[in-house]
Amino acid sequence: MKLKKSLIIPDFTKSPSIDQVGIIERATRFQTRSIKNESKIQALKMVLSMIDLTTLEGKDTIGKVNQMCYKAQHLHDEYAGLPTVAAVCVYPSMVGIAKAAVKGSGVKVASVSTAFPSGQAPLSTKLDDTKFALDQGADEIDMVISRGKYHQGEYNFVFDEIAEIKALCGAQARLKVILETGEIGTLDDVRRASDIAIYAGADFIKTSTGKIGSAASIPVTLTMLYAIKDYYHKTGNMIGMKPAGGISTSKLAIHYLVMVKEILGDAWLSNKWFRFGASSLANDVLLQLEKQRTGNYQSKDYISID
Amino acid sequence: MSERINILKTYKIYIGGSFPRTESGRFYNPINSKKASLGNFCLSSRKDFRNAVVAARKAFGDWSDRTAYNRSQILYRMAEVLEGRRDQFIAELILQDSSKKEAEKEVNLSIDRLVYFAGWCDKYQQIFSSVNPVASSHFNFSALEPTGVVAIVANQESSLLGLVSYMAPIIAGGNTCVILASENKPFCAISFAEVLNASDLPGGVVNILTGKKPELLSQMASHMDVNALCYSDAIQEELIQIRELSIDNLKRVRSYKYDLSLTDVEHPYIINDYQEVKTTWHPIEVIGASKSAY
Repeated sequence: MKLKKSLIIPDFTKSPSIDQVGIIERATRFQTRSIKNESKIQALKMVLSMIDLTTLEGKDTIGKVNQMCYKAQHLHDEYAGLPTVAAVCVYPSMVGIAKAAVKGSGVKVASVSTAFPSGQAPLSTKLDDTKFALDQGADEIDMVISRGKYHQGEYNFVFDEIAEIKALCGAQARLKVILETGEIGTLDDVRRASDIAIYAGADFIKTSTGKIGSAASIPVTLTMLYAIKDYYHKTGNMIGMKPAGGISTSKLAIHYLVMVKEILGDAWLSNKWFRFGASSLANDVLLQLEKQRTGNYQSKDYISID
Repeated sequence: MSERINILKTYKIYIGGSFPRTESGRFYNPINSKKASLGNFCLSSRKDFRNAVVAARKAFGDWSDRTAYNRSQILYRMAEVLEGRRDQFIAELILQDSSKKEAEKEVNLSIDRLVYFAGWCDKYQQIFSSVNPVASSHFNFSALEPTGVVAIVANQESSLLGLVSYMAPIIAGGNTCVILASENKPFCAISFAEVLNASDLPGGVVNILTGKKPELLSQMASHMDVNALCYSDAIQEELIQIRELSIDNLKRVRSYKYDLSLTDVEHPYIINDYQEVKTTWHPIEVIGASKSAY
């Protein structure tokens, strides 16, 4: 991989340590903002446009993927002027199906790869996995890092792996790097893993696979946003952020937007730089939008399941 | 030794099996006919109602899937726990303008009514289900399923009995509910929530709000995720308002004018009011050895 001359790879053992109490305190303050109705509608539509609609199940079928791709483009046709979601996120074997299903809609196809979700496979397998997804036409690759190697202190191994996948993605696909923060551990480690991913070439850093109990949280995302911010101040390059897993209510999603705006600024408030990895969030947002439109509290009975 | 300071109780609402304060932070202070304060009660907002409906919807699957026998046991347990706290309820009813005799009668009737509907849990299905004669080779049968989340506007005059008399048949039939307690007599409703909480009733099956009826009635009637509404105050204007607002999702609206002190209200049809009928056509060649047609 070619690195910019000015970019010096830092010593990751010296990544900044994180004041956990401070982060948690700051995180709770994002959740106390009062959002007025008009801003709320704007925010809810923005949330919809930032969703990576996801199905990552062993039981995924062609029918299920097609159905989700339809939902991605027709969230709720009764409500005129809704955006589509940003992308659909599937396993590599489903990329071809998804690609055909969203053709012409502007919805991107993201594929998980590198032996998702555990990442416990040799590099050659991970490269093959990624190459297959790319050959099928994936626009975005969501890779997992080797958490085991990370915990063994082999930061260079983790770094090189990301760099190799990034080289493979080339200009075709943007690379999201999943840290799986629930397995990474403390906020100090989240920060260090973020730094590794960013310097190794990630276009996005992503919290979680959604496959373990502990998924995205506001403190973890805040820590990652600070890593992005520091990198931006150092190099002028923007990195995207994708919290994934466990964000299922509109209210929580809006808190995330507040946080992104306050930490990184308006430039990040588009689906080019910020995404939600979620499967049930879209329906909750639709319920709230319909509530604002009709004045009545809504029921899931009137919104498509997926 | 200094005189002991009384510990005054904070009356909170009951949502999803826990006792939160209203999210609005508002309260009101109902008084009895002797101008004595009953205490500070939560003045619930639309959002509290919404949260309660979410809790009720979440609890619905588990509650309606439980065996009728288990629902029956839990209703009976409520009666047991209420029996154990009868003195408290009698005292509260007296504070809310009942005479001692009236209060005792109301508590007794409430306990008995719980036991009565506990008994019906595993029986109404047989009474109202049917095997239907059809002119084709089908085995055709109808069975009841609970309608879902029911909003109950509790009777304003009878604060304990009015709440229990309609809650019991509704949950006996496998529904979950959100109850708006009597505005001027909210005391027993909140104490009754403590009874529910001690009766193995899963959180969210019954949710109880205190507050002002005019503020919440339109939300209760228009909420798209509420499947039925139970009304027992005889105010025609309110009923018309409820019927109009409930049209959007074809809510079942049921209004009653029973004298709750009599046993008129004790019948299984009130359970049936909150049930949907599912009819199944099962293709079959020969129904039985007798070759009789159903």
